[in-house]
Amino acid sequence: MKLEVVSLTKIYRHNIRNKIGNKHICNDECVIAVENVNFRVEEGEFVCILGPSGCGKTTIVRIIAGLDSPTSGEVLVDGVPVRGPGKDRCVVFQEFALFPWRTVLKNITFGLENTGVPKDERERIARKYIRLVGLEGFENAYPHELSGGMKQRVAIARALAIDPDILLMDEPFGSLDAQTRNLFQEELLRIWYETSKTIIFVTHSVDEAIFLADKILIMTARPGKIKKEIDVDLPRMRNRTSKEFNEIRSCVLDELRQEALKAMMMQHMKRLS
Amino acid sequence: MKVRERLLRIMRTFVPGAISLTVFAVVWEIVATLIGNERVLPRFSQVMISFYELKEYIPLDIIQSLIHFGMGISFAFLIAFPLGMLMGWFRGVFGFVDPIVEILRPIPPLAWIPLAIAWFHLTPIAASFIIFLGAFFPLLINTYMGFRETPKTLIEAAKVLGCDSDVRLMRYVALPHALPMIATGMRVGMGVGWMCVVAAEMFGVSTNGLGFRMFTKFFYNHQIDYVITYMILLGIISLVLDASFRYITGSLMKWRGGVVLEA
Ligand SMILES: Nc1ncnc2c1ncn2[C@@H]1O[C@H](COP(=O)(O)OP(=O)(O)O)[C@@H](O)[C@H]1O
Ligand SMILES: [Mg+2]
Repeated sequence: MKLEVVSLTKIYRHNIRNKIGNKHICNDECVIAVENVNFRVEEGEFVCILGPSGCGKTTIVRIIAGLDSPTSGEVLVDGVPVRGPGKDRCVVFQEFALFPWRTVLKNITFGLENTGVPKDERERIARKYIRLVGLEGFENAYPHELSGGMKQRVAIARALAIDPDILLMDEPFGSLDAQTRNLFQEELLRIWYETSKTIIFVTHSVDEAIFLADKILIMTARPGKIKKEIDVDLPRMRNRTSKEFNEIRSCVLDELRQEALKAMMMQHMKRLS
Repeated sequence: MKVRERLLRIMRTFVPGAISLTVFAVVWEIVATLIGNERVLPRFSQVMISFYELKEYIPLDIIQSLIHFGMGISFAFLIAFPLGMLMGWFRGVFGFVDPIVEILRPIPPLAWIPLAIAWFHLTPIAASFIIFLGAFFPLLINTYMGFRETPKTLIEAAKVLGCDSDVRLMRYVALPHALPMIATGMRVGMGVGWMCVVAAEMFGVSTNGLGFRMFTKFFYNHQIDYVITYMILLGIISLVLDASFRYITGSLMKWRGGVVLEA
């Protein structure tokens, strides 16, 4: 499935009256979360959205997921505009968002219950994904009994179980320690091979993006825009310390540094004026 | 070894309680003996004997009171639960119902007794109406809070997993989330409801009942020892109700991991 994001703009306003006709008049009460964002994701592609916090990454994910609607522009899945959540897309949230009253198994079968899959079939599918993410033996554990990494595995299995074409992941490894994080990245790539999903992965870690992505979208803050698209053509599994990896790393860091400098200058100017 | 440890644990939980109760009984016995007036304070031993003397009344009265209580609590649940659910989930319903609730809530249930008798006459329904009022508000408020405070992240997770209608979101996300709070509301409501039993039965809505017997018979005849016997019964029954309720709901909420119910 192909995904297109077309001149997407999202303005959070605390005051609805600011919208006059078709023109957005913004005062201090308006936050332009993202402005005129365009990109496309091919079927089976692994795309990373990279940017500092507050640049609008979550906003983009939520709009693609159909949890929020754009102020202008649209998201097209195979040419059809997104109107709300759908079975072709699923999200792995930053805060896991597991149902604490359900066991691991029941969390994973949740999506299948909504589509009316019979119980035996549900559990068979759930067990398949439990194996895929390596959670055998924890089927009947409750979320409060699991570590952060294990919760993240459940969240991934739960999203995969409804077999979406597009998997949206919003800083999924943000709460893991560096070692675990590297292992999870490798595992995610393995899962990606085995399931051939399209993955849109949000992160603010440069290394993570270069290790995972086919394509990196570098974002800038205030207003959130896509500054640059970088294709990463290295074969997988990538060596984080290889020369090629470092070249891309310095290129990405350069882009980000320019942005940071610009932001600092802006702050400075503001203070002077 | 294991058995000894468990025995020790059990002793550690029950021995202090047993000691304090014994001390309480002994002090009571001494003070009552010193006062020497059974119309002011009958001796503890005499109250214990009363349990035996009243053995014919006690079961009938308990059953009658539990019937009043059960009816009141059931009505409270049948109305407060669906109403609280709607108030917690739909802002509009809350805005509409909450002002009425907030005006009625501070009125003590006992202030409704004249109306209860006017509407339902001297029937068990009148008594259960008072108990209903006592249990209704804690249950309603806990229910709507439980529903209203369902984390947005859980609702959104459910939505992206294909749970798309209000009914399904309420049934599969908000209700399980609210359940511990509803249980707490039920527990508080049962406590308040039980406190209303005595007053609700004072006016002879039935020919049995703990409250009825206490006021219209024992108190009328200056049988303070019997009154105290029934007071102790009221306390013990409430304790048993609360403990069984906690036992039943505790096993339903394993997922909370230790923290079962907050009062
Ligand atoms: N519901 C909201 N109401 C108002 N402002 C919001 C809301 N959600 C996000 N924002 C603002 O939009 C900007 C982008 O937020 P977000 O997409 O969460 O960034 P990121 O995920 O990259 O950290 C931030 O400045 C944030 O304060
Ligand atoms: Mg974010």
